[in-house]
Amino acid sequence: MNLDFSPEELAFRDEVRAFIAENYPAQLRGKQDEGGDLSKEDFLSWHKVLAKKGWIAPAWPVEYGGPGWTATQRYIWSEETARADCIRIMPFGITMVGPVIYTFGTPEQKARFLPRILSGEDWWCQGYSEPGSGSDLASLRTRAVLSEDGSHYIVNGQKTWTTMAQHADWGFFLVRTNPDAKQQEGISFLLIDMKTPGITVRPIITLGGEHEVNEVFLEDVKVPVENRVYEENKGWTCAKFLLAHERTGIAGVAASKRGIERVRSIASSEMDGDRPLLANPFFRRKVAELEMDLTALEFTELRTLAGEAAGRGPGPESSVLKIKGSEIQQRITELALEAAGHYGAPYFRGFGEGDNEHPIGPDWAHHTAPSYFNMRKTTIYGGSNEIQRNIIAKMVLGL
Amino acid sequence: MDLSFTETQDMLRDTLSRFLADTYDFETRKKMLERPEGRDPGIWRALATELGILSAPFSEEQGGLGGGPLENLIVMEELGKVIAIEPYLQTAVIGGGALKAAGGAMADALIPGIIGGDVIFAFAYAEPKGRYDLARIETTARKDGAGYVLNGHKAVVYAAPWATHLLVTARTGGSGNERGGVELFVVDAKSAGVTRRDYPTVDGFQASEVYFENVAVPGEALLPGGMDLIEQVVDEATMAVCAEGQGAGRQLHELTLAYTKERKQFGQPIGRFQALQFRLADMMIEAEQVASMTLMGTLKLDLPAEQRKAAVSLAKAKVSKSLRFIGQNAVQTHGGIGITVELAAGHYFKRLTMIESQFGPADWHLERYEALTLPA
Repeated sequence: MNLDFSPEELAFRDEVRAFIAENYPAQLRGKQDEGGDLSKEDFLSWHKVLAKKGWIAPAWPVEYGGPGWTATQRYIWSEETARADCIRIMPFGITMVGPVIYTFGTPEQKARFLPRILSGEDWWCQGYSEPGSGSDLASLRTRAVLSEDGSHYIVNGQKTWTTMAQHADWGFFLVRTNPDAKQQEGISFLLIDMKTPGITVRPIITLGGEHEVNEVFLEDVKVPVENRVYEENKGWTCAKFLLAHERTGIAGVAASKRGIERVRSIASSEMDGDRPLLANPFFRRKVAELEMDLTALEFTELRTLAGEAAGRGPGPESSVLKIKGSEIQQRITELALEAAGHYGAPYFRGFGEGDNEHPIGPDWAHHTAPSYFNMRKTTIYGGSNEIQRNIIAKMVLGL
Repeated sequence: MDLSFTETQDMLRDTLSRFLADTYDFETRKKMLERPEGRDPGIWRALATELGILSAPFSEEQGGLGGGPLENLIVMEELGKVIAIEPYLQTAVIGGGALKAAGGAMADALIPGIIGGDVIFAFAYAEPKGRYDLARIETTARKDGAGYVLNGHKAVVYAAPWATHLLVTARTGGSGNERGGVELFVVDAKSAGVTRRDYPTVDGFQASEVYFENVAVPGEALLPGGMDLIEQVVDEATMAVCAEGQGAGRQLHELTLAYTKERKQFGQPIGRFQALQFRLADMMIEAEQVASMTLMGTLKLDLPAEQRKAAVSLAKAKVSKSLRFIGQNAVQTHGGIGITVELAAGHYFKRLTMIESQFGPADWHLERYEALTLPA
């Protein structure tokens, strides 16, 4: 056992680093997606560069278009993209529905959807939560009824918290196909073309002023039966598989490293009296504690990945990663807001009115309060941290 | 010892609370914020003339009700309950407090205007590089004949777009964060050489960057007292925002509690789950400690400076920590809906977050408390 990269791994790291330096879209440099200000085109421009290179889906099997990287290579990849401040890749196609389709889908579904997920031609969204079904996802009530000839479903209901549905071409939905069965046994997994008549997307504005999430209304939406993944009433199996996948990614170690790096750099230029803020004993202690907890998370994730490479997982242990990872992401935004001091208060959305002679505090400060508000979502989404603790208690501890 | 409010104080609270219940519901507040000026001036007018609230902290000789910090506590707590955006803190607590303490012609001239609702203050004390150190300012006040000439840039001045008068800290001498030379000036907001860049704040107020370029003010614009006066006024203001936090924090706890009783998951109200019961209990404990510390600090505002500062810092540190706990847990308990603009809870969370650091966050106040009370 050792922590050193092999010569091959070092060569891979250099290759990745050089590729990013040469190919990361110029218009994205310096942009971060914390404030929700990135456009669909912004997201797709980086996606398409990686798709062309064959690096867009690091975890996919080679036969479906993955690069065939080892766990260590994937680790290097996430480190390097975070280090270079690359914007994130939207997870809904690549890390969520893609693996469901190649694991549970028919050959036709694989051929039809996977290449367009990789290329970025289809933008995906997730139709899971409903107004009455959040943590208790299995209570969902959106109803899908099979037509008499068995050719299609008619779907009626409402979904919520649908991230980036305003851009979506396709959505993967959990719907109830058997209302009489036990909750988890009456759910199916449908792929729905978002242009189908009867679908309405309504924005939900969050506390930082962002439009990230939406409500999706489905009224007599006709979905061909061949768009159902896996068996009817077995959709919960796909959902559970996907949630476990979502949780490993959710640790966000590399992004948090970059976030702490940013706080360090802000706090070393921001003055606190005669010293940089980073020399303030209270502030530096919080930075150190954050790095302590992030290192613990990183090695927990590395151990999980090693287990996966040896054929175990990702199991309920990934809840540990989700809980700790989300809490760390929030603490980073707390520190950035603290660093902003008075300039955390202005609600500033860019120089719309042309006065750029009187800046409102440092540029980095404008996002600190909206980010802090927005990132409260991390302990709520993807299975709230309360649900993750339930999973640990039940599945790991047998309580 | 007697920790009960007087009948007059109870009446003040009842009057204000009833008025705000009628005028400041969540939807009405939302519409106020959407107006071009970001507020409804009719509310302020009513607070002054119909309710007489703005006379609460002034003496009877000054035309007031003879109150002080406890009346400010009551008013700020009630305003906090509805997350009001009225400039009571800036006008009555800070502007009024400075004028009361300094006395003289300026006080006689302006206090009736405050009571009548015509004079609105904004407190221009923070600077781009000063953080929370009140003496670390670069704005200058150069003596010029009988008056002064002000130059400088003040940061994030809450209520400045609405203000008729600015209360400005500036240096007549000294540098860095030397206490000597820092003075407090009353400046007519329309004075030649004052410019503003206005913007909304994340918690629903309006604020400005305020620039002073060769702004001439008369000699009586200087309220005598220097840093001692400024610290006294800011300590009073600090306790007033604690009171606002007390009102907003308790209200947010109540909103959250109500939500846990009505929101059902897994076939029952989520308030039936012990994890959430413990959390709601902890939030209540914190809200009670906020009330205790707010009362403690407010009652000690008339102690000698060192003891007053130590008490205020201890109070604000605790209040800041508790309000963060309440705000974060309220959002978590609401789930996704807590992060949207659609429910009141999120708006309380935003204001509580700003109160946390207003006039110094917990760390800053603990540091000040340590310096005052612990041997080096």
